[in-house]
Amino acid sequence: MSNRLPTGGRVDRSAPLRFTFDGVEYTGLRGDTLASALLANGVLTVGPSLYRERPRGIVTAGVDDPHALVQLERPHSEPMQLATTVELCDGLAAISLQGRGRLDEAPDEARYDKSYLHSDVLVVGGGPAGLAAALTAGRSGARVVLVDDQPELGGALLGGGREAIDGRPALTWVAEVRAELDAQPETRVLTRATAIGYHDQNYVLVAERRPDLPGGGGRLWHFRARQVVLATGAHERPLVFAGNDRPGVMSAAAVRSYLNRHAVLPGRRAVVFTTGDSAYATALELAAAGAAVPALVDTRPEPPAALVEAAGAAGIEVLTGSVVVGTEGEARLTGVRISALADDGSELTGPVRELACDLLAVCGGWSPAVHLWSMSRGTVRYDEQLAAFVPDSAAQAVRAVGSGRGRHDLAGCLSEGLTAGAEAATAAGFPVTAPVVPSCSGDEQPAPPRPVWLVPGEEGDPSTWRDHFVDAQRDATVADVHRAIRAGMRSVEHIKRYTTIGTAHDQGKSCGVAAIGVIAQLLGARSPGDVGTTTYRGPYVPVSFALLAGRERGPLFDPVRTTPVHPWHVRRGAVFENVGQWQRPHYYPRPGEDMDTAVWRECRAAREGVAMMDASTLGKIDVVGPDAGVFLDRLYTNGFAKLPVGSARYGVMCRADGMVFDDGVTVRLAPEHYYLTTTTGNAAAVLDWMEEWLQTEWPELRVRCTSVTEQWTTVAVVGPRSREVLAALAPGLDVSNEAFPFMTVRHTELANGVPARICRISFSGELAYEINVASWYGLAVWEAVLAYGAHAGITPYGTETMHVLRAEKGYPIVGQDTDGTVTPQDLGMAWIVARHKDFVGKRSFDRPDTSRADRKHLVGLLPVDRSELLPEGAQLVAPGADLAAVPVDPLGHVTSSYRSAALGRTFALALVRGGRDRIGDTVLAPLADGRTITATITEPVLFDPKGTRRDG
Amino acid sequence: MLLIACPWCGERDETEYHYGGQAHVAHPADPAALTDAEWGEYLFVRANPKGDFAERWLHSAGCRRWFNVVRHTVTHDITAVYPAGQARPDAHTEVTA
Amino acid sequence: MPDQLPEHPDWLWRTPDPKPSYDVVVVGAGGHGLATAHYLARNHGITNVAVLERGWLAGGNMARNTTIIRSNYLCEESAAIYEHALKLWEGLPEELEYDFLFSQRGVLNLAHTLQDVREGRRRVGANRLGGVDAEWLDPDEVRAFCPIVNTSPDVRHPVLGATLQPRAGIAKHDHVAWALARKADSHGVDLIQNCEVTGFVRDSHGAVVGVETSRGRIAAGRVALAAAGHTSTLTDLLGLRLPLQSHPLQALVSELLEPVHPTVVMSNHVHVYVSQAHKGELVMGAGIDSYNGYGQRGSFHQIEHQMAAALELFPIFARAHVLRTWGGIVDVTPDASPIIGPTPVENLYLNCGWGTGGFKATPASGWVYADTIAHGRPHPLAAPFGLERFTTGALIDEHGAAAVAH
Repeated sequence: MSNRLPTGGRVDRSAPLRFTFDGVEYTGLRGDTLASALLANGVLTVGPSLYRERPRGIVTAGVDDPHALVQLERPHSEPMQLATTVELCDGLAAISLQGRGRLDEAPDEARYDKSYLHSDVLVVGGGPAGLAAALTAGRSGARVVLVDDQPELGGALLGGGREAIDGRPALTWVAEVRAELDAQPETRVLTRATAIGYHDQNYVLVAERRPDLPGGGGRLWHFRARQVVLATGAHERPLVFAGNDRPGVMSAAAVRSYLNRHAVLPGRRAVVFTTGDSAYATALELAAAGAAVPALVDTRPEPPAALVEAAGAAGIEVLTGSVVVGTEGEARLTGVRISALADDGSELTGPVRELACDLLAVCGGWSPAVHLWSMSRGTVRYDEQLAAFVPDSAAQAVRAVGSGRGRHDLAGCLSEGLTAGAEAATAAGFPVTAPVVPSCSGDEQPAPPRPVWLVPGEEGDPSTWRDHFVDAQRDATVADVHRAIRAGMRSVEHIKRYTTIGTAHDQGKSCGVAAIGVIAQLLGARSPGDVGTTTYRGPYVPVSFALLAGRERGPLFDPVRTTPVHPWHVRRGAVFENVGQWQRPHYYPRPGEDMDTAVWRECRAAREGVAMMDASTLGKIDVVGPDAGVFLDRLYTNGFAKLPVGSARYGVMCRADGMVFDDGVTVRLAPEHYYLTTTTGNAAAVLDWMEEWLQTEWPELRVRCTSVTEQWTTVAVVGPRSREVLAALAPGLDVSNEAFPFMTVRHTELANGVPARICRISFSGELAYEINVASWYGLAVWEAVLAYGAHAGITPYGTETMHVLRAEKGYPIVGQDTDGTVTPQDLGMAWIVARHKDFVGKRSFDRPDTSRADRKHLVGLLPVDRSELLPEGAQLVAPGADLAAVPVDPLGHVTSSYRSAALGRTFALALVRGGRDRIGDTVLAPLADGRTITATITEPVLFDPKGTRRDG
Repeated sequence: MLLIACPWCGERDETEYHYGGQAHVAHPADPAALTDAEWGEYLFVRANPKGDFAERWLHSAGCRRWFNVVRHTVTHDITAVYPAGQARPDAHTEVTA
Repeated sequence: MPDQLPEHPDWLWRTPDPKPSYDVVVVGAGGHGLATAHYLARNHGITNVAVLERGWLAGGNMARNTTIIRSNYLCEESAAIYEHALKLWEGLPEELEYDFLFSQRGVLNLAHTLQDVREGRRRVGANRLGGVDAEWLDPDEVRAFCPIVNTSPDVRHPVLGATLQPRAGIAKHDHVAWALARKADSHGVDLIQNCEVTGFVRDSHGAVVGVETSRGRIAAGRVALAAAGHTSTLTDLLGLRLPLQSHPLQALVSELLEPVHPTVVMSNHVHVYVSQAHKGELVMGAGIDSYNGYGQRGSFHQIEHQMAAALELFPIFARAHVLRTWGGIVDVTPDASPIIGPTPVENLYLNCGWGTGGFKATPASGWVYADTIAHGRPHPLAAPFGLERFTTGALIDEHGAAAVAH
């Protein structure tokens, strides 16, 4: 059966498109939506309802349809798409859904972009009011953007036919406006672009569909507009009566749109049921298209005489002061029951009359689409005359126009749009006056509607009206609302949650205000205005996770930072570890080696020969200025002002609460130039910290801080034979212990001509150097070190070996052996806390909790079984603790744990309550697998406690 | 996404900035002279008004300067932007010629 | 046919007018205020109680959270109170005679770095010592438990393991509130909505003896604040300054989808927490906004980043759709732990600062708060959470425990 009219509509009859729905093949036309194509093929029924499995049909022609949810399978897979908004394309395949979609495991190959644009005037909505606003604003020379969610501009005019502007079809005017907008150099028009959110400071998000892209990608626009004009139109409301969910009950405006825009006649014998004027056009156009229209049921006792006359002339009987009280049929409407309604709406007064029909076109009134207005924090008020919530006071630089604020005649919409466009452009700094409003016909100011929020049932009372659907998608009825109120609920928010009304896929676009009307009536409120709306939340239409994620996926989710030496690490087969955003070599396995074996070998090289590490990820900050030393004195717990030029010093920084924040070595390069290093993960935070204190507390200090992390490549050369490697690498440098002592810095030119800054510092207890060179020489210098060290078997090592070496020496890692609750004293570093100067955090050490003797201290742990490795993170308890008697008092936990080649055994570092007073005690580590490891508490420095290896 | 006017760079999106909490909380001149309660208050207690709030922002992805903003914590309307170190301008004082 | 939600009871609560005087006035009819009223009556026989609510009952964070319930906190003090909550949750549907869809489907906290692994193992060990169920899963076990998590080693932040608390889960938040409200109401507690506290009545010694409200003065033996993000606006009226900052926190739901996600997954590192509710919608939390805010809305870039993070872990979510976003106001303390107990103002009690942990704590929060109010001293589980810790420095630092970095 074809419901396609032979002529008319904005469809291309030369372009038939094949598609399938629930496996059945059909043909549609370019210009169709999936819904219009289905209707053209006589398919009205979509999936059954979620809970009650009632048959449901297509209701509207837009984003507010409550039922027409489908699973798209081709051209791409996507759940919960509205047939009323899916543009038909050749080969499309979809299946019906019962209110729930299905996620597809196949990868999403589509492309999603984000764009950011500032505009002077943003106009949302390309109907007559929005077009008029964009036109005048654009003539001012302002940067104007017009967005509309349809493939073509025109808004409600696309679904009309009788409207005329300046004596010509309204769509001719639309085409002329579009042409003028396109010719304006500063105006941009976006179609298929739905404004989804309106945020503070006129930040409007627009989701643009890109069906032209493979996989159906999209673009998320972020508009920052000086002025906004909302011309968002209105949603036609359903009416609440028995059997109002039956397939064949449709929105009157949607019926008209299908007729005029898609040349589809959704029914052959139609009854129209309305509370106002607008559905008369539907009735007349249905009749003109060849449908039988036996009756138009108008709730108003006295509709405008001209409309009644026009209907009569078309052979349509107008039943005034009447309502549809019930529907007949199973999978499809076969008839309606009509009765007169008392003036106060409380009861049915006439005999019930039955009329056969296969279509009931319903207009329950119009609700301005105030969603974006409300999201902008504008207030709404209930207009008794319009029987609608309309925009009231604005909270941002925004104007609402047209049917989006309750204006329903074409001339009025144009007038409001032209004026608002001029005002918005002028306010944005582009003065312009609105042109004269053109003459309009075919869409006059309507007479007041007679809202009927709840059509009484023929039997029973509201507690039994289980087929009066309020939110049909949720299968929520008048009986459910009644039950919520009877349970004691009074707030619309509670009733919404109790009944789930308004929480479905359409978020109440179709039913929201009708539901408020029902609630008002059942609460005995004077009007829906006394009940109020629930909060409108974005997005205005559902948007895919992928669209919001944009390009931030895969490798672009979070940038990877690598050092200049990285390609070498990759070639060498390093296993990498993520440290902050950096990728660092964790260890360099040789063929057949696991991590333990590789780390064992790397450690031995560092302790017995020579090894090298890429330390470039360390944060590096140049601190320059006459007050640099004073400044560092205030931030570090120890002193730097008196550090001699050419010397280096280890420092610890605390937060104001006294907890260790960062540590590192700082070198004084010149009287007013310090070169400070930070932990890899904290580099940015330390720079922020320093700048914060400088700018907000001590602006009088003459200091500048500059991040130079990526300007320098740092190669650590470590081990007893490091001096001979350096001697070869830096032939101009006297590397003797006397000429280049521990904790000093030297500048030299390496054998390959590269200038280098070499620090003699050690994070392993071994003789060691850190060679700093400009980053662009980094890889070359790394390879040079490797070459000059080859004869000594120089061995590259990764972060794991670095950790073992430093832990053997009891050096803590901030963020591993500390967790934001550890003071320098807890780490056993009271020696680094200056007594005779103040610094950030010092006062905190004197608080009762921070001065406790039994705080957790960093100690060493030696498992009694020398081969048993304590898992990092393992909890520690006292010997004899009854593990079954929870809660068990924990003594602390393991922070670092390794196998040590140098010690020939396993060892660990731990934070233990009162740990320094427990040296020599035994603790237990109960593990998740049921084992318990016994260990002895020791001093944290386990290897070379006297520091004899430092000088080689 | 707030729009914040950096005094040095002009209007930029919130994502270019870091938030710094309440403005005008000076580090005590002599912490050692404070009681534990007073020090605790400096460390942890900040105003949390529902209304206009003088707060600090850092233009971290721009000029890296700290500055102060008076922002309403409900509407997010920004009524004053001024450099660090300046007193909070009184929104209620009329400028007279 | 998809699961229909359980029927609500035919009767919930009265809508009484305020009486001139109550033994206890609880300010805030959110989950914590309602649970407090319930346990004041049930455990202490104190029924001359009003719960005052400036808006609609349970319309604040109770209506806005992501409904996750777990007790696997790091610090012993926190784990103890949250575990008390979890045990109460396990009996609460029966106690309140209300099926609020408490589903113990487990919570995974993913580890993405070696430090995450250390911290995860530390938490598992601490939890087990504290009597909290906790397991460590390797990536294969993660995949077996939740097959849609992308455990490929080739992603930007590979999953290196996870902690699992099997007894953790979700519940239907509104229904929990209504269950508590119904029970409190049946004990005789007056739940008074649309009643905003605008001031405090104090006697000549400064003790609080009542509240001024939008519906008149109400005398009170004790006043117990349970006002979450609005606590400091109330204590400001008393000149009592608190270490609290109110921030926007956003969340979102998708449309209804066929079951695909069997558990709750949280990732601090990638910033995701997501579950699939009974009806089928994905429920997901976004990041906390950096700035103070009372607007119940946050900045949208948080949502965009949240979606990117979600797809990093769950590629199958790419074509799911965001149906609705919203914002709540979380009151955050410097150590990300709550403040519970008496205050320097006589007769005034404080329960706030739950940050992102409020919903899961609901029954225990009410339990210990009611006990604290009834006896005028902190309940043992509440004792570590007093205001004085900000003077002594004995903070309970839980920054690692919340999925949202404070």
